[in-house]
Amino acid sequence: MSGVALAAMTPAPAFALTADGAKRLVDAIVADINRVIAAPTSEAQKIREFEKIFVRYSDVPTIARYALGVDARRATRAQMNAFTKAFQVYVSRKYGKRFREFIGGRIEVQKARKVKNFYEVRTIAHLRGESPFEVTFLVSDRSGRDKFFNIFIEGVNMLLTERTEIGAMLDKRRGNIDALISDLKSIS
Amino acid sequence: MEIPLLFSNEKSGFGLKAQARNALAIAVVGLSFTLSACSVPGPGEAPGGIYDPYEETNRNNHELNRALDRSLVRPAGKGYTQFVPDPIEDSVSSFASNLSLPGTVVNNLLQGDLGGAFQNTFRFAFNTVFGFGGLADPASEFGIDEVETDFGETLYVWGVPEGAYVELPVLGPSTERDAVGRVVDVFTNPLSYVLPSPEKYYGTGAALASKLGDRGRYSDTIDTILYESADSYAQARMIYLQNRRFKLGSDDSSAYVDPYDDPYGDPYADPYADPYADPYADQTE
Repeated sequence: MSGVALAAMTPAPAFALTADGAKRLVDAIVADINRVIAAPTSEAQKIREFEKIFVRYSDVPTIARYALGVDARRATRAQMNAFTKAFQVYVSRKYGKRFREFIGGRIEVQKARKVKNFYEVRTIAHLRGESPFEVTFLVSDRSGRDKFFNIFIEGVNMLLTERTEIGAMLDKRRGNIDALISDLKSIS
Repeated sequence: MEIPLLFSNEKSGFGLKAQARNALAIAVVGLSFTLSACSVPGPGEAPGGIYDPYEETNRNNHELNRALDRSLVRPAGKGYTQFVPDPIEDSVSSFASNLSLPGTVVNNLLQGDLGGAFQNTFRFAFNTVFGFGGLADPASEFGIDEVETDFGETLYVWGVPEGAYVELPVLGPSTERDAVGRVVDVFTNPLSYVLPSPEKYYGTGAALASKLGDRGRYSDTIDTILYESADSYAQARMIYLQNRRFKLGSDDSSAYVDPYDDPYGDPYADPYADPYADPYADQTE
């Protein structure tokens, strides 16, 4: 059997991602972020660009589902879709607004290694007037494509932080998922 | 301890030694008493989770801290960064950080981290001599960064449990272990025993100014946590615990001890910190 035929028969995602592949993905993210920050565009345009980057490189449905936590189980499919979209907008605005902190800074991609069944890519962020700090990306191909699903900034990770925040927002709305969705869209 | 005592004659010098020994004994007894009071999560609770039995008191302190920040610290911090030119601001924080280094070295030594102690001592000497008494930071240009630590970390290295999460009035998020550490760190800096007053208060003043500068510089980030999140108490608690555990588990000092002892295992040992909690695990419906 030829290698090509064998490759065709093997389920594509298994073993598709390598440490090098994970590292390349983070290299591409860093390059895209730097390009957006350097471009002479308005804050609103930049936030739209950040949303594109977030969708292109991260596994948004998985991140959104984790952030919603146990309540994701009782959400209808329509609610899940609407929540995922609203969450994507909310995250892009929340983190995109702070792009100024990164002006003049750089992120150095260090190394990637396999942990459990995904990859960890460590980077060092050098921001103006701050000592360098560690930013780690976790990359997986279990969504069917190579995407990152969590970011750690000096140990503080996005999944847990957003689960706490979304959980508190949901509590404030007495568990009303529809109210949460419409409010997420309106947070600027 | 006042400076004249150090230059006193031999007779009273002997008395001083005995006095110091007594003081040390009292401090050790007091410390072990306080530490034995560090609460430990019950058998059903994960050691890596959030252990917050004093939540009600903590939330009251959180509201107090928020009010204090809104009326005083935030405006002062913003004013400070706005009116003080950046280079002076940097000098003030370099100066404060340099003066705190001898205390850090004491903690490096208490943890058996000779590499860290050496690096910090060298950094202190270098910046004091070539950085105009610590106003500039040429050591960083040569990659001689501070190996940060404190007495809270020393207690961690000694095996003291983290204890409950606490939010202290004015000082903010902490754990029982780190709160004890902060109190002890008031006394760990040898400079505070050697420098005459008022010189020894320059460091304290610079440290306060430097903290104000941080409040101003990271104003957007801090505002997001304190004023824009749905539950700022829970958000601050989550971020503090994650960051503190990360620093204790994976900073340079612990890496120096034994580089072959799975240096990467530690930060992920915590399940709460099972930071690598698998979001895909949920999806098998």
